Amino acid sequence: MKLRVNGVERELEVDPEMPLLWALRDVLGLTGTKYGCGQALCGACTVHLDGAVVRACVTPVGRAEGRAVTTIEGLSPAGDHPLQKAWCELGVPQCGFCQAGQIMTAAALLAATPKPSDAEIDRSLAGNLCRCGTYTRIRAAVKRAAGSEP
Amino acid sequence: MSRTLVIGYLMLLAAGCSRRTEPAPEGAPKVVTPQAPVNDLRPPEDFAGISDRAERSRALFLEASRVFLHPRCINCHPNGDVPHQGDALQLHDPPVVRGPGDHGVVGMECQGCHQDHNLELARVPGAPKWHVAPIEMAWVGKSPRALCEQLKDPARNGGKTMQELIEHNAHDELVAWGWNPGHGREPAPGTQERFGQIFAAWVEAGAECPAEEAKP
Repeated sequence: MKLRVNGVERELEVDPEMPLLWALRDVLGLTGTKYGCGQALCGACTVHLDGAVVRACVTPVGRAEGRAVTTIEGLSPAGDHPLQKAWCELGVPQCGFCQAGQIMTAAALLAATPKPSDAEIDRSLAGNLCRCGTYTRIRAAVKRAAGSEP
Repeated sequence: MSRTLVIGYLMLLAAGCSRRTEPAPEGAPKVVTPQAPVNDLRPPEDFAGISDRAERSRALFLEASRVFLHPRCINCHPNGDVPHQGDALQLHDPPVVRGPGDHGVVGMECQGCHQDHNLELARVPGAPKWHVAPIEMAWVGKSPRALCEQLKDPARNGGKTMQELIEHNAHDELVAWGWNPGHGREPAPGTQERFGQIFAAWVEAGAECPAEEAKP
């Protein structure tokens, strides 16, 4: 099957029921997207499918056929997406394992809502868990990336 | 113990065990049809013995309400902004909200996790068009009568005619999930085909609504 991953056409010979996360990490070597729970409960595996947030651990790769997949590696080729810069400026991560998923969800939020309120940030990121508890810094970084302080 | 006392005890016991006949609530079916097993639905023919058309219609709706008000159905017809899950109607976890179009909000859209089919290994339920019913179509907390009146009101039934409702209940793919809920979930009673037959028979008999206190 063919899918467009981070702007590049890729052809895979895999079972269409294989989780997209497996295809990304084990077949294509894109390991920025993390495996957390495998049940769509933690958000560590968040990627974009045609710009919409999906949990790659429960998305059959067949659903992505002929569609555009964006992972953390493809969010910004130079790594200078406003969210990535804000993340660095505010030192958001602690262990870092959940952060790719957090940033991918936040990127979809900002694309749809350039100036989100605190409540909108909290609602959209409610499915991205951080065991280190960096939530306040995550929210601050989203606001900074949106051009709002902090 | 004296004979008089023993007789007295026996009389009291007999009085306590006697079956008192409670009057049926107004609007409740007066002809008792056989009860189906908890996971089954009676066929429309079982209601043919109710000669009064309106009474038969009310009895048919009460049977259909066992599906409408089953957790597999009402969990996604919440009366608030958060859908439910499980058999005890606990709030959906992860925490999601219905959003402006009843498909969730950015980052937490229903179809970001729910596929068009159940995922047995991940235990995530799925069916085509997975979404939350609009708030005007909330069923949680409704009595069979309130649900009945709601279903007949196009402003609260998705703008459907009765014929469209018959088709929807009998063949819609998302409705069908109620009988194919996947990993460890109790299906709705009966089958979608039987449910569709009962619903159609209810409409055919006049689409009457049961009394407020009537229960299946």
